[in-house]
Amino acid sequence: MIKVEGLTKRFGSQLVLRGLDLEIPTGSITVIIGRSGGGKSVFLRHLIGLLQPDAGRVLVDDQEITRLSGEPLDAIRRRYGVVFQGGALFDSMRCADNVAFPLREKVRLPKAEIAKRVDSALAQVGLEGMGQKYPAEVSGGMRKRVAIARALVTEPEIVFFDEPTTGLDPVLVNTIHHLILDLHRRHRFTAVMVSHEIPEIFEIADRVAMLHDGRIVEVGPPAQLQASQNRIVQKFIRGEPEGT
Amino acid sequence: MSVSTVPAVLRPLDLLGGWTIEGVNSLGRFGAFLGGAVGAMVTPPLKFWAFVDRINFIGFRSLLIILLTGAFTGMVLGLQIFLTLSRFGSEAFLGPAVALSLIRELGPVLAALMVTGRAGSALTAELGIMRITEQIDALEVMALSPMRYLVAPSIFAGILTFPLMTAIFDVLGIFGGYLVGVELLGLSPGTYFGEMQTFVDFADIALGFWKSVSFGVIVTWVCAYKGFHVGHGAEGVARATTQAVVLSSVLILVWDYFIGSVW
Repeated sequence: MIKVEGLTKRFGSQLVLRGLDLEIPTGSITVIIGRSGGGKSVFLRHLIGLLQPDAGRVLVDDQEITRLSGEPLDAIRRRYGVVFQGGALFDSMRCADNVAFPLREKVRLPKAEIAKRVDSALAQVGLEGMGQKYPAEVSGGMRKRVAIARALVTEPEIVFFDEPTTGLDPVLVNTIHHLILDLHRRHRFTAVMVSHEIPEIFEIADRVAMLHDGRIVEVGPPAQLQASQNRIVQKFIRGEPEGT
Repeated sequence: MSVSTVPAVLRPLDLLGGWTIEGVNSLGRFGAFLGGAVGAMVTPPLKFWAFVDRINFIGFRSLLIILLTGAFTGMVLGLQIFLTLSRFGSEAFLGPAVALSLIRELGPVLAALMVTGRAGSALTAELGIMRITEQIDALEVMALSPMRYLVAPSIFAGILTFPLMTAIFDVLGIFGGYLVGVELLGLSPGTYFGEMQTFVDFADIALGFWKSVSFGVIVTWVCAYKGFHVGHGAEGVARATTQAVVLSSVLILVWDYFIGSVW
């Protein structure tokens, strides 16, 4: 389980996270929703140890990671897979090499085994035979799928998705969501996803947490949020503009 | 929004203090960055192929500009020093004058400035783009050290290639001086090279060597640091690249004076 307690982060005079609390159960798909620029990605970067909070802490299976660095933090990160917003593929490497990279550098497997796993990972995301292309030569949707394959190839226990469908058309949004759901059913990882794809994410999420003004204002199963009486949640789900 | 509680009369002092603290912080980060890179350099395993790639990126691809600038610098030196020496009837010292100017000063400095302009700027831009597209973050969350993969090989390559580039620059420069002094202006080849052998010591070559090694560290350190700590978007990368080239160039000249004065 990932437990977040009183997470607070300030950038200059701007308070982005204001004592955020959240529990993310093992094996679930938890989706963080909220307005653009509301601190969702900042929150995610705390979970993966790329930012340190001004106050509060993040616990992964009761181990506090907030103040860790070096090898102890790397030991936690070896259990992670991360799909960044833009994919963050290494643009000097072919897609297959991108997927193979964490295996070559972290796992130390024979070349044939790495090739087999890479082919399998690319096949799982529907990209058989595309491995020899460079990231710049494939579409945005394909890049996201390569990024998902790279994040999952080491069979991580916890996978973070930072807006994995941003900038994609509705068909691709659904394709990526169902791909994540399918992979989750097969591998049973804990998924933490930042998204504002409403209502699509309600189909795949086990739990949805609404982040607003630096705090989680409501968390629960999708049906709970859809029926929520909280005005902030309702306005966000309905897409109503501010001040109405 | 935080409101300053400092009285108006003390604001300049407050600002000065803020800038000083920020300056000291920056220097600390700058030093810690080199410390991290050195730590990655001395901790096995070295990323051998990344190192080879950086040698190609910093050294081999800078070869043409080094050949051109080395040859023409030597030709200009040959012409100007010959004209100056001929006023005193001392043309015979053209060889050592060209060689010493190149080996002690111009070779290391100009080669470093040329490599900064070509490879240093490209290194900053490359790392800056990797930073803003989260490729460096991706390495970190894979529990792989960006220092080991990106910075240490560049600094290693700088240490290896800058002296080589400088040596090539010096040789081409001496040959350029020969072309002008001997082939165009009629000095005897024996005088040009003979006097050079008499006046150029090993200490001169060692000075040029150590200068070029230190420039290799300075340029790759500054350019990698600026790329790592880039601002936002394309403008941030552009600004970081400019800062890297300007700061590297200034540090090359400052360090050149310092090491030249204490040698």
